[in-house]
Amino acid sequence: MTAMPQTVPAYGAIQAAGVGALRPIERAFDAVFQAAANPWRHLGALSFFFFWIATASGIYLYIFFDTSVEGAYRSVEELTDGQWYAGGVMRSLHRYASDALVVSVVLHLVKELLAGRFAGFRWFSWVSGVPLLWLLLASGIVGYWLVWDELAQFIALATAEWFDALPLFSEPLARNFLAPGSVDDRLFTLLMFLHIGLPLALLAGMFIHVQRVNYGDVAPGRVLGWGTFLALLALSLARPATSMDPANLALVTQAVALDWFYLAFYPLFYEWSPNAVWALAAAATAALLALPLAARRARPPVAHVDLANCNGCGRCFADCPYAAVVMRPRQLSFVQMGDNAFAPQISPLPSPGEGSGVRAERNQVSLRGSVGGRPGQQHAVVIPGLCASCGICTGACPSSTPFRSSQRLVTGIDMPQQPIDTVRQELERELLSIAEERYPLGSHPSSPHPRPLSQKGRGEAIVPLLPPGEGSGMREGERRVMVFGCGHGAAAAACKSRDVATFSLLCIGMLPPAFIEYALRNGADGVLIAACREGDCEYRLGERWLGERLAGAREPHLRPSVPRERVRLVYAGCGEESVLRRELASLHAALARLPRNQRRRSSRDKFSVSAGMTKRNVQA
Amino acid sequence: MKTALRFIAQALLYLPFMVLIGYFSTSPAYRHLGADQALIRLSFSHAAQRIGECRQRTPEELAKLPPNMRAPLVCPRERAPVAIELEIDGKLVYQAAASPSGFTRDGAATVYQRLPIAAGRHRFTARLNDRVAPGFHYERDVTLDLEPGRVLVIDFNASQGGFLFK
Repeated sequence: MTAMPQTVPAYGAIQAAGVGALRPIERAFDAVFQAAANPWRHLGALSFFFFWIATASGIYLYIFFDTSVEGAYRSVEELTDGQWYAGGVMRSLHRYASDALVVSVVLHLVKELLAGRFAGFRWFSWVSGVPLLWLLLASGIVGYWLVWDELAQFIALATAEWFDALPLFSEPLARNFLAPGSVDDRLFTLLMFLHIGLPLALLAGMFIHVQRVNYGDVAPGRVLGWGTFLALLALSLARPATSMDPANLALVTQAVALDWFYLAFYPLFYEWSPNAVWALAAAATAALLALPLAARRARPPVAHVDLANCNGCGRCFADCPYAAVVMRPRQLSFVQMGDNAFAPQISPLPSPGEGSGVRAERNQVSLRGSVGGRPGQQHAVVIPGLCASCGICTGACPSSTPFRSSQRLVTGIDMPQQPIDTVRQELERELLSIAEERYPLGSHPSSPHPRPLSQKGRGEAIVPLLPPGEGSGMREGERRVMVFGCGHGAAAAACKSRDVATFSLLCIGMLPPAFIEYALRNGADGVLIAACREGDCEYRLGERWLGERLAGAREPHLRPSVPRERVRLVYAGCGEESVLRRELASLHAALARLPRNQRRRSSRDKFSVSAGMTKRNVQA
Repeated sequence: MKTALRFIAQALLYLPFMVLIGYFSTSPAYRHLGADQALIRLSFSHAAQRIGECRQRTPEELAKLPPNMRAPLVCPRERAPVAIELEIDGKLVYQAAASPSGFTRDGAATVYQRLPIAAGRHRFTARLNDRVAPGFHYERDVTLDLEPGRVLVIDFNASQGGFLFK
């Protein structure tokens, strides 16, 4: 969960209470629906779905609707009663899907608000969502006018009186509804135009709203889609939408059957005043729009691209959840190094917040020109304003493999706050910590001159694996486990013990699968990966991408040679450390039934060992 | 079996959703007027008299104007505000002075007022002044029976003799 904005003190308490109330509901629904069909995890997708149901049913109704004073009510009644099995059901679906749309949109807004997902790189999605609320309400309210029953009459006059409170019109709008005969057919043509135009504008706004997310959740899964549709259909059959009596401007209906999803604020016109409702609406809109500014905080460093290690494969581009990575034609710039010598200027490390790309160093001579790379070759470029700093791109990069022999591990796209080289170093330190429980430095029986890991070669086992009882000090059945955790999910550190090493990443999607193999090759008997609950990733796609990478459905794969029985993926959200411990115990038990981890070598492994050892030993 | 149970549980959890949508789409009914009440809509749009009389321009004034603008008669554009009063059963229930619309205050003055009233027999007295001079130049007094739920429109049209009770 995003840190609470410090500038709004009361917000923290509200957020904690709200999240505390919402999280158990979400998790309870997970148990019944599973994440893929949990409506609480797909409120945006449901909103799209309800919109499409309302659109499809609306098209059917439009075929039969008569846009005239006399015909409007009559045609709706004929639809409702004359063809209840089709028109009546469609009308009910139209209404209930529209109502459900309001429910899903409001819940979506509240959920994102409580999760603090409205500031920083998310500001655009938040701000672009605010006008949609107005468009949604306007679309629905205009729809109620079309029926031209007593409710429509009430809405028409109340809306007119509300707008008359603004100094916009030379003559009150409400005068258009004073007496029978003052309404003509052209009004219904106008209303129909609005009832088509406003939802179209809403759709355009929804399209803009999801522009900054890759793989936007705009369609629910099959189970959730059918479930909600059948629920609406059942409701339509059980309680068909009906009209009140036809509108009669000579009379006023004392009590109206309000649709509270769209018209909840109409009573305020009469309980307060139209101006008070305008003030409330303007204040609420301004507050929603200003939230990203009020919650503004220092942004974490964004991903940077290292051209020397970027081969333009596009995996980071494909995996970025927020479209912050784009692929551009590769250009290598050359700077003049001497009279006739030109050196390619690649891999500048931009400062945090700065975009990446090829540029000349300040202390070198002027840029003399640039040439393209191979035809069609590209490289990744990070758009800083869109970057969520999640590190998922690092996990996607094929260069993010710890088996590489370089002294300093540099990958194609990296996070300044948790570079892949630091990840490798800390992983090694963690592995060493569980190893040192068995083999304090200098005491390993198989190594007369044991070296710290940092002086070992890549691919060389941190701890030579011996059977229990052969000087290892390890009890029978004990196994070393490496736990990779997510900074936003269950705290991996809660599992740390003498034979369990833990390591936390910015997002679990940042974990390159090669690190799992690396841990297994370097002393771990098993690896437990703790991802956030499905559909609950702070950065939307981290847990999904990791799962697919482990399953071999997404690059980079976990290599087939990695023993799957030693690798376990668990979904545990924030505060669910008990789930993590339970899974860890289960993994321990499973590992105890397996033979001790035997280090395996491959031709690639041998290469990396020799190369790594040479380089690093020389430096040591 | 486990899948079947899950689908049953899902169906049960959809029920509150259906009840929520089904109920609040029409209920509870909102009563914005008492069962024994009627409604008066006092509304008109009326261009009041101008605040001054027209006068002839002097030859000197005309000479100063461009030839195409030498209209001999000059009239002030601004109109007087419209004062309105409504009494019901001898009690003043509404009083206002509506300003003319427009930047130069030369447009019509408009009034729209919604007044709930108990159903039954009532005496209505409406007065209007559309001039600078004090006093009311239009007045109408009627007694009407209003049924519950009836809308009484009180309009004003000078060409039709003043106040209209519809």
